[in-house]
Amino acid sequence: MRYRIVQEGESRSFPNGDPLLDGASADGEAVLYLGASHVPDISKKAILVELGTECLGAHTGEGYGDEGSNVLGFARYRNGDDPPSNLIELVVQPNSDPAAIETARALFEKTGLEVVVSADQAGRILDRLLRPVYNAALRFLDEGLASAEAIDTTCRLGLGYPDGPIERVMRGGLAHHHDISKALFEAYGTAVFAPARRAVVAKQRAALRADLGGRRSEPAVEPGG
Amino acid sequence: MSSSIKTVGVAGAGGTMGAGIAIVAARAGFATIAYDVEAAALKRARRQTEGFLRKSVERGKLTSDELDRIVNNFVQSTDLTDLGSCDLVIEAVFEDLATKQKLFRTLHEVCPEKTILASNTSTLSITEIASGCGREDRVVGMHFCLPAQLMKLIELSPGLNTSEETFETARAWCEAAGQTPVRTQDRPGFILNALLVPFNNDVIRAIETGVASPADIDKAVKVGLGYKMGPCELLDLIGLDTQLRLCEAFFPITLDPRAAAPPLLRRMVAAGHLGRKAGRGFFRYEGNTMFGG
Repeated sequence: MRYRIVQEGESRSFPNGDPLLDGASADGEAVLYLGASHVPDISKKAILVELGTECLGAHTGEGYGDEGSNVLGFARYRNGDDPPSNLIELVVQPNSDPAAIETARALFEKTGLEVVVSADQAGRILDRLLRPVYNAALRFLDEGLASAEAIDTTCRLGLGYPDGPIERVMRGGLAHHHDISKALFEAYGTAVFAPARRAVVAKQRAALRADLGGRRSEPAVEPGG
Repeated sequence: MSSSIKTVGVAGAGGTMGAGIAIVAARAGFATIAYDVEAAALKRARRQTEGFLRKSVERGKLTSDELDRIVNNFVQSTDLTDLGSCDLVIEAVFEDLATKQKLFRTLHEVCPEKTILASNTSTLSITEIASGCGREDRVVGMHFCLPAQLMKLIELSPGLNTSEETFETARAWCEAAGQTPVRTQDRPGFILNALLVPFNNDVIRAIETGVASPADIDKAVKVGLGYKMGPCELLDLIGLDTQLRLCEAFFPITLDPRAAAPPLLRRMVAAGHLGRKAGRGFFRYEGNTMFGG
């Protein structure tokens, strides 16, 4: 399948050198917009818009619950600055064109990625499910329920996870977690998404570091900070 | 790793968890007394234990000599007073506060002063279980994971009155038994269930609100996070009725909205869609084959 890419800046889903970027053509049945505003084009099988924390509706507009076209959203799941995973969350609206969904699926799967379909909800599937877990784990740490090592060991040995929630959220960056949680909190208004204190502190510290940058020597960098 | 404990009792050893804990103790070389009120349950547990140990020999995890030693270490009893010779008694009886409190009061009468009483509770407070038993300083939470004979993790929790000496003796025993203890406070669900039960509910709510299908949620978790099993498959395995029971245990204590049973969970349990054991949960099952995942 031939596809065109319209890109502004570096994509979180497809960093420079990614095979999907190399496989693009000057034109094609689908257009991927990476960091760029999309242009509606009903002659294309699919218009694919890379999403950050925003909903697809922010790009397409929404009606009375009947929105949907050949414009779909997507994001490749990535834990902070970890390399992107092989997972594409494909975001659809109530009346998204089934042919556009199949085109998008085929396009991504052709490059070895795996596709799941998510409704156009803030956080899609994984961030919606994971951010409350990270907030809870960070809160447990503050409350002295257990040490970070004990929390992570419990998840690895008790649930067979490859890593624990504390090590994962620290590795991804607490400030990154703060930004996603804050966006979800604004969208849903429920406390489970409110960034945990440690994430708020990390964000404040990042801002302070940026502020003080030129005025004093580099402060020590904490893990996950 | 050495332990001052030589003889271990398991109360409720006719159940799946209790039988697994007894295997852990006997396999590590401790004289083990498996107690249950039901002789039939003990008989069933003995069959399962022997089957497990035979398979361990077939797989090269145990030698025949080790199997013989384990069997020699292992006695069963329906007489509670037989636990009077134990240095450590681990209870894995029905998850009911009054039942556990009564058992510990009786064990206090039966066991010598030095004996440590441990509870395998996953939802109840260790402090409350110990309350009024007569040896509150020698009670500790020792939560194994299912199946205990395969899972290394133990959540080890002191109650408010547990002495540090008791905790350290229990920790040393866990390590001597080849387990990995982690210290947690005495709080509902300790670490594991405090994270897992609300997460599973969030998954069910995501399905209920049309965010994604069970199959896509499982795929996202496996591909995106590298988990071996998706949450819907796990829920089907542990049973939707079990998840509902956990919610009903946690929510009244924590008042955490994420711990409240989602309406879809209640409907699925009412419809008999209990998971793998019922042939239908989030997915359908025929024998060992899963459909729709």
